Amino acid sequence: MDILVQTRNRISKFLKAFFRKKRARIGIYGPPNAGKTTLANRIARDWTGESVGPVSEIPHETRRASRKTDITITGSNGSNITIDIVDTPGVTTKIDYKDFLEYGVTREDAVIRAREATEGVAEAMHWLREDIDGVIYMLDATEDPFLQVNIMMIGIIESRKLPVLIVANKIDLPDAAPQRIRAAFPQHPVIPVSCLEGRNVEDLYEKMLESFG
Amino acid sequence: MQGIQIDLISAEKMHGLTSMEKIHLILDQVREGNIVILEKGLSPDEQSALIEMTMHEILPDGFNGIEIESYPSQEESPGFLRKLLGRTSFESRLTVIGPANQLRMIRKEKDFLSAWVSTR
Repeated sequence: MDILVQTRNRISKFLKAFFRKKRARIGIYGPPNAGKTTLANRIARDWTGESVGPVSEIPHETRRASRKTDITITGSNGSNITIDIVDTPGVTTKIDYKDFLEYGVTREDAVIRAREATEGVAEAMHWLREDIDGVIYMLDATEDPFLQVNIMMIGIIESRKLPVLIVANKIDLPDAAPQRIRAAFPQHPVIPVSCLEGRNVEDLYEKMLESFG
Repeated sequence: MQGIQIDLISAEKMHGLTSMEKIHLILDQVREGNIVILEKGLSPDEQSALIEMTMHEILPDGFNGIEIESYPSQEESPGFLRKLLGRTSFESRLTVIGPANQLRMIRKEKDFLSAWVSTR
């Protein structure tokens, strides 16, 4: 009898593990200084009370992909999703350590920062190819969205058939123009937000439930 | 005489190469300070690998990355099989790649690219 119960429990455990829905890994991608870590921190604080990483006006403050696991987001209708958020370094095709010197960083620190940033971008690209189930593509709504790196990244995400939400951040600034981002990427939902002030993030959470749920 | 070498690479030449061969061909030329013009661009996966490989090649006071521009891709008209399988694909188009410290894009429109190239 014991053997039968044990066997049944083992089969039940195996089936549960086999059919359990994988927790989606949502990568926050975008060019440097778009506000990716500010968004990751806001999502993590709103739903877990903890933060993901430091933010700074210096580009490439985030130089390693960092993950916050088990974030459950609940929508206005009571539905919910549990996700891991992966905050990634800003994607670019060029990094020059001299750019960091403008921010008062010493040459030695700037070289280290640049080297870490190159490793971080390479790692972010690798994550996108291997370990990401959905993407929040973050853009600064005051900047030109037609940059080649944005067009390439959206193309790469589309080719991998990953669900993507485009976030037009910094709408609290007077020269923000989220409509330019809508015009650049009409094939994807664009959500204007201010991650700093928390403006419209509820709308983003509802869209995340729709797209990644 | 000072000048810039420009390599124009045909679609046929690229078609015969593997993805890694294409990326090495581009990066080897660009690290030498040359401008590479591809008749047809790279696939999204190749673009992703190009960014990753570029990052591995960056050195302080040396190569600091690439500037890359192309016309926006166009959706290819789906053939019968593609329609049946529900697949769409995007045709990559003429692409200019150069060293980030020498190539600057001045103007970009859907059918017009204007670039500035400086000597080292």
